[in-house]
Amino acid sequence: MTAQLVVFYLLAAVTVLSSLGVVLTRNVVHAAFMLLLALLAVAGIFLMAVAEFLALAQILIYGGAVTVVVLFAIMLTRSDDQPRADHSQRPLALLTAVGVFALLVIAFVASDVASLESATGVGTDTESGFEALGLGLFTDWAIPFEVASLVLLVALIGAILLARSAEDGE
Amino acid sequence: MSFIEVVFAIAGLFGLFTGLAVAVLSLTWMERKTLARIQQRAGPSVVGPHGLLQPVADAMKLATKEDMIPNYADKLLFWMAPIFVAVPAFMIWIAIPFGDNLAVRVLDLGLLYLVAISGIGVVGLLMGGWASSSRYSMLGGLRAAAQLVSYEIPIVIVILSIAVLVQSLSLDAVIGGNTISIGDDTRDLPGQGAIPFAFIMPMGLLIFLIAGLAELGRTPFDIHHAESEVVGGPFVEYSGAHWAVFFLAEYLNTFVISALIVILFFGGWSWPAPPESLFGNDLSSTATNLIGGAWLMIKTYLVAIGIFWIRGTYPRLRIDQLMAFAWQVLIPLSFVNLVLIAIVLFYDWPLWVMTAVSLPIILGVGIAVQRRRGARGRPQTVRILRRSAGEIGVPMPPASTPVTDQVQAGG
Repeated sequence: MTAQLVVFYLLAAVTVLSSLGVVLTRNVVHAAFMLLLALLAVAGIFLMAVAEFLALAQILIYGGAVTVVVLFAIMLTRSDDQPRADHSQRPLALLTAVGVFALLVIAFVASDVASLESATGVGTDTESGFEALGLGLFTDWAIPFEVASLVLLVALIGAILLARSAEDGE
Repeated sequence: MSFIEVVFAIAGLFGLFTGLAVAVLSLTWMERKTLARIQQRAGPSVVGPHGLLQPVADAMKLATKEDMIPNYADKLLFWMAPIFVAVPAFMIWIAIPFGDNLAVRVLDLGLLYLVAISGIGVVGLLMGGWASSSRYSMLGGLRAAAQLVSYEIPIVIVILSIAVLVQSLSLDAVIGGNTISIGDDTRDLPGQGAIPFAFIMPMGLLIFLIAGLAELGRTPFDIHHAESEVVGGPFVEYSGAHWAVFFLAEYLNTFVISALIVILFFGGWSWPAPPESLFGNDLSSTATNLIGGAWLMIKTYLVAIGIFWIRGTYPRLRIDQLMAFAWQVLIPLSFVNLVLIAIVLFYDWPLWVMTAVSLPIILGVGIAVQRRRGARGRPQTVRILRRSAGEIGVPMPPASTPVTDQVQAGG
């Protein structure tokens, strides 16, 4: 138990420190690599919570794909296109961040986590838990799932549209 | 986790590390010998019998070589990049089964683990490319990222179709067979000892082989360290031990892809006939596992030689052909494969239907790709590349400005 606690605090510290690094560093590429570190540490925390599928999906999607695409975007754009770090909207950004964080905390405290767990059947470490996750996604939670995929589709179409119009404009 | 398990895990990791180091040394020797035979040379022949000790000599040379870091490099990232490439290459082997229920750590979600861990290596290439503060490395790193992210999709979809076939994500079920249930029906899927999945899913094998070669960045897909285009890609500025680590990771990944092809499509450690029928019942489980492991290794080395053979005989693709091939051919084809296997399982058709449908599709797509090659020959992404090449110098580490000044003063 103590060893688990040590590992947990280590992972939590890495998450918090690298997240701070993402926000505070002046170098955008360093920020992206710190983001990767933070996301991998979160995957470690998922692993400690015996959500193996979630941890692996986190590594696959955020570690392998999203960070690479972020880095790709940073490296292919001009540095004067990038918004400057010391922006006049800083107080506003701080306010938004604190507000969103407060909202998340309130939502977490207010919701009944235990009943959610029993409703979805998620939270067991065996393959049956992973099966329950799949079944839940496609039966009870089918509409949120479809909405999420619709959002992704819209984003994809939007990206293609933007790229196309930029190409035609030349 | 009990004490015994911890000891077993540490011993397993140690054995794995040693075994993989030997495997890499043997693979470099085999690659040089295979290439030499294809090019009608003798290959390494001086150090040791048949040049067998050549890789050892090479390793000693690399380890004692001066390890240079460019002045303008981002030192921390430059130092970390080889680790990010090599550690996932080692970590993948934790889940690879060498026998029935025999792996350093038997994972329920083994297939997903393989896919997830192998994705991290790209970050290391991108990191090395950026931190070297050289345009060739930068371009190489970006090429690597574009290529690896694109070709990861067909690999994941093929692995997904295998997961659909065996209704499990565990590697033991992939090799040993599983009882699968679709709705109310259940059917027994025989292990790969009876029918290797290569016969059920020839399309999947082909896609996995091609996309696997691309993931490795081996000829004909070595766009990101193409000597005539970007000199050495992300590794240009690396030397000595750091370069050796990249090299190690590349051979480890070759070995991983070979082992995965064997495990997913050619039965892994499983025997063509049950061991009892060949030796009677007097074979101990240790012996069965040993022979199974040896069987896996033999098949893996054969696939690796096949990969070297491809390297020796095919020219390199152009980058636009490479990307077009991934997005226009491999990804749609892998989805066709996934939908086909789902339909076959859903309607409870016999598995040979899958083979019978796949083979004409492969043939048709092959002919179509071959015929359109001439018509689509014009390089399509050159314009985009040229436009971004001018901008690529800018987001490098800040200290790179003096280099540009020197170049301008010299020119």
